[in-house]
Amino acid sequence: MSTTFVLNGKSATLDADPNMPLLWAVREVAGLHGTKFGCGMALCGACTVHLDGQAIRSCVMPLSAVAGREVTTIEGLQSKQAKAVQAAWVEHQVPQCGYCQSGQVMSATALLEKNAAPTDADIDGAMSGNICRCATYPRIRAAIHTAAQSIKA
Amino acid sequence: MSTDPIFPSQPSRRAFLKGAGTVTAAALTIGFEWAGSRPADALAAAPAAGALFAPNAFLRIGADNSVTVVAKHVEMGQGAYTGIATVVAEELDADWSQVRVESAPADASRYYNSAFGKIQGTGGSSAMANSWTQLREAGGKARAMLLTAASKEWHVPTSELTVENGVVYHAGSRRRAPFGSLVKSAAGLPVPDTVRLKDPKDFKLIGHRAPRVDVPAKCDGTAQFTLDVALPGMLVALLKRPPLFGATVRSFDAGAAMAVPGVVKVVQVPRGVAVVAKGFWAAKQGRDALKVEWDDTNAEKRSSAALMEEYRHLAEQPALSARKEGDAVPAIQKAARKVSASYEFPYLAHAPMEPLDAVVKLSADSCEIWAGDQFQTIDQANAAQTAGLDPKQVSIHTLYAGGSFGRRANPGSDYIMEAVSIAKAYGADGTPIKLQWTREDDIHGGLYRPMYFHKFEAGLSADGQLDGWRHVIVGQSIMAGTSFAAMIKDGVDPTSVEGAASIPYAIPNIDVELSTTKSGVPILWWRVVGSSHTTFAVEAFIDEVAHAAGADGFEFRRKLLAHQPRMKAVLELAAEKSGWSTGPLPKGRGRGIAVAEAFKTFVAQVAEVTVGEDGHVEVDRVVCAVDCGTAINPDVITAQMEGGIGFGLGAALYGAITLKDGRVEQDNFNGYRVLRMNEMPKVEVHIVPSAEPPTGVGEPGVAPIGPAVVNAIFAATGKRFRVFPFSKGDAA
Repeated sequence: MSTTFVLNGKSATLDADPNMPLLWAVREVAGLHGTKFGCGMALCGACTVHLDGQAIRSCVMPLSAVAGREVTTIEGLQSKQAKAVQAAWVEHQVPQCGYCQSGQVMSATALLEKNAAPTDADIDGAMSGNICRCATYPRIRAAIHTAAQSIKA
Repeated sequence: MSTDPIFPSQPSRRAFLKGAGTVTAAALTIGFEWAGSRPADALAAAPAAGALFAPNAFLRIGADNSVTVVAKHVEMGQGAYTGIATVVAEELDADWSQVRVESAPADASRYYNSAFGKIQGTGGSSAMANSWTQLREAGGKARAMLLTAASKEWHVPTSELTVENGVVYHAGSRRRAPFGSLVKSAAGLPVPDTVRLKDPKDFKLIGHRAPRVDVPAKCDGTAQFTLDVALPGMLVALLKRPPLFGATVRSFDAGAAMAVPGVVKVVQVPRGVAVVAKGFWAAKQGRDALKVEWDDTNAEKRSSAALMEEYRHLAEQPALSARKEGDAVPAIQKAARKVSASYEFPYLAHAPMEPLDAVVKLSADSCEIWAGDQFQTIDQANAAQTAGLDPKQVSIHTLYAGGSFGRRANPGSDYIMEAVSIAKAYGADGTPIKLQWTREDDIHGGLYRPMYFHKFEAGLSADGQLDGWRHVIVGQSIMAGTSFAAMIKDGVDPTSVEGAASIPYAIPNIDVELSTTKSGVPILWWRVVGSSHTTFAVEAFIDEVAHAAGADGFEFRRKLLAHQPRMKAVLELAAEKSGWSTGPLPKGRGRGIAVAEAFKTFVAQVAEVTVGEDGHVEVDRVVCAVDCGTAINPDVITAQMEGGIGFGLGAALYGAITLKDGRVEQDNFNGYRVLRMNEMPKVEVHIVPSAEPPTGVGEPGVAPIGPAVVNAIFAATGKRFRVFPFSKGDAA
């Protein structure tokens, strides 16, 4: 059975079990490996992608649920907010092991796309679903503020 | 969509070139990531084959001026790739933008960790300490050879040559030669026996903020982890393991699993029954459908509460001596004031973000492994034994590890052995098989930081002098029964007592004892190993003793550290930067201090907490001082302190694996809570300037945070937590 949706700006038809989580469809069927598997229960955020512009956890989203909708993975990030986030991530040398960082970047981008000047509380609200076992949290916070500033400038 | 390109197994220059000529855009990214951090430039600049200068096992310079550093240590977040490259590039006077890092093959003869003997592996925060001289010489000798090559070409003495950013200069004749132009002639020169290393005052990279080599690829999703390995025809396996540690397969019915579309085979292996399928989702559904009957005869069926009860009892029985100075028992009996307390620490899971995974391609005469491998030599030996091969027939491609915290360095190579045994049971026909653990597999999977019970008694003289100290530790031995058992001396596992037997305080009568327990729960070192509980207990108890003596926690420690200049210095620096001398914080808030030496690095931390009316603890700020000898990369050191604090704080607040009748009660990040963004304190890190050789920073930052917070909670509320994690403990 196949599901058609927009993946990173292009129409994609994936032939897979409609119950397959979007995470595995994106990784193993579409071959895009930036989105990571961390918990399988929407508890850690490593699998965060954008669905119609919203940050969602792809590990619990059935492929069938994205039919006709727009999915963006880290490979498809284009917005000025995304570019600012990635530049700030490098500037602040955020990653350590790096495994969660695709998800962190996706959550931070979704935050800035809605909120141009997030407060620390806004950052807590948007980012607390993304676990980082290396605890790069202080740098993520600083990088989000930097990204917000750079977009404004 | 196209399937994934073949993963370049070892980023050799040859494979690199081959890829550059033929592959798609997607492959370029992957091929590049392997070779370093700047894909476009590196590919554009790929040199002609053979035009290489490889004076030793750690370094290659290409005709394109690229400097490839071969890392014998895994990059699991700790910054090893960057640190290693920094040291080589410093002595070489390389251009940092041309430096790339690739992982070494598994080959102990060239890539052993001198901290472990002739074993290739990463752990004990040893990467920089054991590489420091070796890699400075590797870079320095290569530089000397490039100078010789230039002097021969230009007919000028080497003493008239200078090197800067990968270019050799001769000021007199205004000539310059980038490294790449000299590699051909340098490659024909003998490697010098000795080399004069730089005076530290001339360091340009060491001590500065060289950007991490792995960061760009970790910000755009192109960094390659084991999860991302995709080989042609590769299958994915999930393993159903017994629900109790020590149980075995009695029988299984593969019918329902085989009926799941995509499931290819169901195979029994020593650790359980594996479902091998075309992709994760089919394997997962197959495993869910698989029916296994377990034999629990020899399984561990006790609850962790029962084990702790046994530990409390054992703490009252005679134990083995780990350190004895003077005679603590009579000193405490005679003391004007006695203080006693006990502390309880749970099992802890490492829970790295990347659940364990390994790809194995096994055939009749070779075994190829892809993994975020932390113990290459041991994994090679264990894989060979399982496969029935010689270790030389086992090759390992070490990939980025998505965290480890010790989990991937285990003497039994559990996840590697599972993958090899599945590939063997599948038929050893060369089909690549990726073993993927789920998060539940990880939380249930054992190899935890052991549970421990600590009992203390101390005696103070009438004038508040600490005269006697008795400390009994009860818990499992990490090294017993493993290939590291030879390190157990007189029955005392050093990892059970480090940080306790080595208590730094000047106390005339010290008695540290160990009672080693046995249980069927598999255990392992966890970030900062013994100090994860010993420092926690010692630094919490010394605070109780200081309070009993009517002394300030900082001043009390400081006086007892007069003979420990480096430890005293970090303690003083943390206190000063935290504003300790400004006196107590307002009601409901408190400051706590703790200090540790772990892996020869000294760390002190001051935590500031706010405790709500409801008892909710918020850690607002942590000031950290660290002395790790020469600071190779201050930003990486800062990051490791931040990360260590977050990791240790999460464990202190929430971390616990508990067993009920032998069954692990936690499943995923809901039951096994870890620190999240909203709980992370502000962290300030201060590095003590030092010219001593570098020591490690991956682990030591974890040690002081728990007790610093406990002591801060006491300052805020007058309550002492002694059962961890806090969220489960009762304050006294």
